[in-house]
Amino acid sequence: MSADILIRDDVLPAVRSVGTYTYDQIDRVFLRERIEQFKDQVARRISGELTEDEFKPLRLMNGLYLQLHAYMLRVAVPYGTLTARQVRALARIAREFDRGYGHFTTRQNIQFNWIRLEDTPAALEVLAEADMHAIQTSGNCIRNVTSDEFAGASADELLDPRVHAEILRQWSTLHPEFTFLPRKFKIAISGSPQDRVAARFHDIGLIARPDVNGRPLFEVFVGGGLGRTPIVGTKLRDDLPEEDLVAYLEAILRVYNEFGRRDNIYKARIKILVQALGADEFRQRVDTEFVAMDRARYRLEPALVQAIRNRFGVPAFEPEGNASALLMEMRQKDRAFDAWVRTNTHAHRAPGYISVVVSLKPAGGIPGDATSDQLDMLANLAERFSFSELRVTHLQNVVLGHVRQDRLYEVWQALSEAGMGTANIGFITDIVACPGLDYCALANARAIPIAQKLSSRFADLELQREIGSLRINISGCINACGHHHAAHIGILGVDKRGEEAFQLTLGGSGEEDASIGQILGPAMSEDDAVDAVARLVDFYLVRRNDEERFLDAYRRLGTAAFKDVVYAPA
Amino acid sequence: MPLLENGHLITDTWHYAVDGEALGAGPVIVPLSRLSEGLGRITGALGVVLPVDQNVSALRDSLPKISLVVIGFPIFRDGRPFSQARALREHLHFTGEIRASGHILPDQYEFLIRCGVTTVEVAEETDLSAWERALHQFRVAMQPSVMNEKPTGFGLRRFLPA
Repeated sequence: MSADILIRDDVLPAVRSVGTYTYDQIDRVFLRERIEQFKDQVARRISGELTEDEFKPLRLMNGLYLQLHAYMLRVAVPYGTLTARQVRALARIAREFDRGYGHFTTRQNIQFNWIRLEDTPAALEVLAEADMHAIQTSGNCIRNVTSDEFAGASADELLDPRVHAEILRQWSTLHPEFTFLPRKFKIAISGSPQDRVAARFHDIGLIARPDVNGRPLFEVFVGGGLGRTPIVGTKLRDDLPEEDLVAYLEAILRVYNEFGRRDNIYKARIKILVQALGADEFRQRVDTEFVAMDRARYRLEPALVQAIRNRFGVPAFEPEGNASALLMEMRQKDRAFDAWVRTNTHAHRAPGYISVVVSLKPAGGIPGDATSDQLDMLANLAERFSFSELRVTHLQNVVLGHVRQDRLYEVWQALSEAGMGTANIGFITDIVACPGLDYCALANARAIPIAQKLSSRFADLELQREIGSLRINISGCINACGHHHAAHIGILGVDKRGEEAFQLTLGGSGEEDASIGQILGPAMSEDDAVDAVARLVDFYLVRRNDEERFLDAYRRLGTAAFKDVVYAPA
Repeated sequence: MPLLENGHLITDTWHYAVDGEALGAGPVIVPLSRLSEGLGRITGALGVVLPVDQNVSALRDSLPKISLVVIGFPIFRDGRPFSQARALREHLHFTGEIRASGHILPDQYEFLIRCGVTTVEVAEETDLSAWERALHQFRVAMQPSVMNEKPTGFGLRRFLPA
């Protein structure tokens, strides 16, 4: 096969997707070739040419896990952005190959829990038709790059990080040197001082801002992470210029690939290497590599970045008109709508527009699940109200980025009819949970039922508003996929003499005031853990000052006070 | 052991030094521990095995006199040899043969080549067609490499040699 059958790839596609990179012929051929490669791997596994041990990392790099009851396919959602067409493809996969629903993850991806191995190539074909794939959503490689769910929309944003996220996606895709790393590698990028990507809890976290001339600069954090060993990342650079972004990340990955531990899976993440060497020694090794390397080869010229940026569609905002006045009017007329607007929207940079957070956390529901019908509905709403663009959040909700304020009431009505109008974003029932023992082979305990019990217990929206900002995250094992360490109240499922039990951690945060939650005390049963959370909340409500958040009250009052609430004899 | 170059079998003109035996005069591959002995020979091309846990700088001074470096995969999941090969090309400007040995899958062939590997030792019973297919699986790569493939003219993408 030769390259000449490919069309010229410097031609701008006629229609460009808003908020995400638009594929060209080369990208589509690449996905086809990848599917052919996977089919070949499956055939070689069936023929016995590949052992299961050899096949496993190959299928993982195609997003295919073997869980407790079935295969799970994890689909990449680059920087969390989807087009309406892509959302429909996901709905179709849920309908045709799964049990009618998909599950949004904390890494802005979506996974399907009931996929049959033999259906996988067909599912990948459906994805490819919509310019999607499952490449590097698992395995010891650079994973899907995550970003801010309000990218390109938020009033507080300094720089839309998705263009650089796309550059990193392309650079890391089937990277020849970094596809067999000591362990998985996660990169997040934000362009806002309000850290909504948990940059300090990633292998590499990037925070972009413009310099005085408007050129991008990056703060670089390395070696953060949760899991068994929660660590807040170390800042390596404050002012990395755009042209060196790929070169510098190459240098970090080279040091990690050479020196990261491979003898113990639990010590293999880059955070352990950074801790073992110390921040200064690690930085020095990276700098030594960075100075010695052929930086010209990896340089991001402004024209290259611009060419990628040109592949992103730009929303054509209409003038504000009386949009915000009409919104105000509707809020005054309908109190339930007003309450939803207060919790489930985010200020937009364009006058007359607003971003909507669609809650996938109905009372008593499973966090992050969406049915095929709901996905189709979201695709319709994205098309009608948000330039055909939808975002997945790392808190397992979805966002309509650019809604005109005078259309917001229609959006809310449609969402409410579809069971997606819960006004609970940022509240105690906006729970993050991993799949847990209902699906996952690694889990010690089920995470979903306790999430549902808590969600039902606190279902009263008046009560939730009274409690205010409170983040609960649940992990079914110490691998911490539910990011419990980064929650105000974290819940960790453990195995206590063969029984499922739950340990509470308090005081974590994944935002710019990042901190790791502290274990409160011994694990307890599911029902006792739900009661304990209720007692913690009651204590907080009594002891808080004015507008003080739960997290701030905890930081002020200290662990001991909260511990007594749960463990002191009545 | 069969030796592959560009997806085809080639004749291996090298032999590995045998423990406790003299190196002789022909092309010989020595372990790092016998490098100075190899460098002391008057005739015959010299190859060396770079252990997986060694930085390539161990070869810096002797590289002008070395024609072949063998990098070894203890297991295919251990990606360190990719970095060793790339560093030999990029940092030490090594232009000789880099040979990959050990546990390698055909699915890794393109990665090896793009990191600068020239030849691959494969197991006797290997299905060579899988290696041939792997070489032509993709027409485009998404990032630059030490092989300086032709840019497609967009982004960091490169055309892989046909």
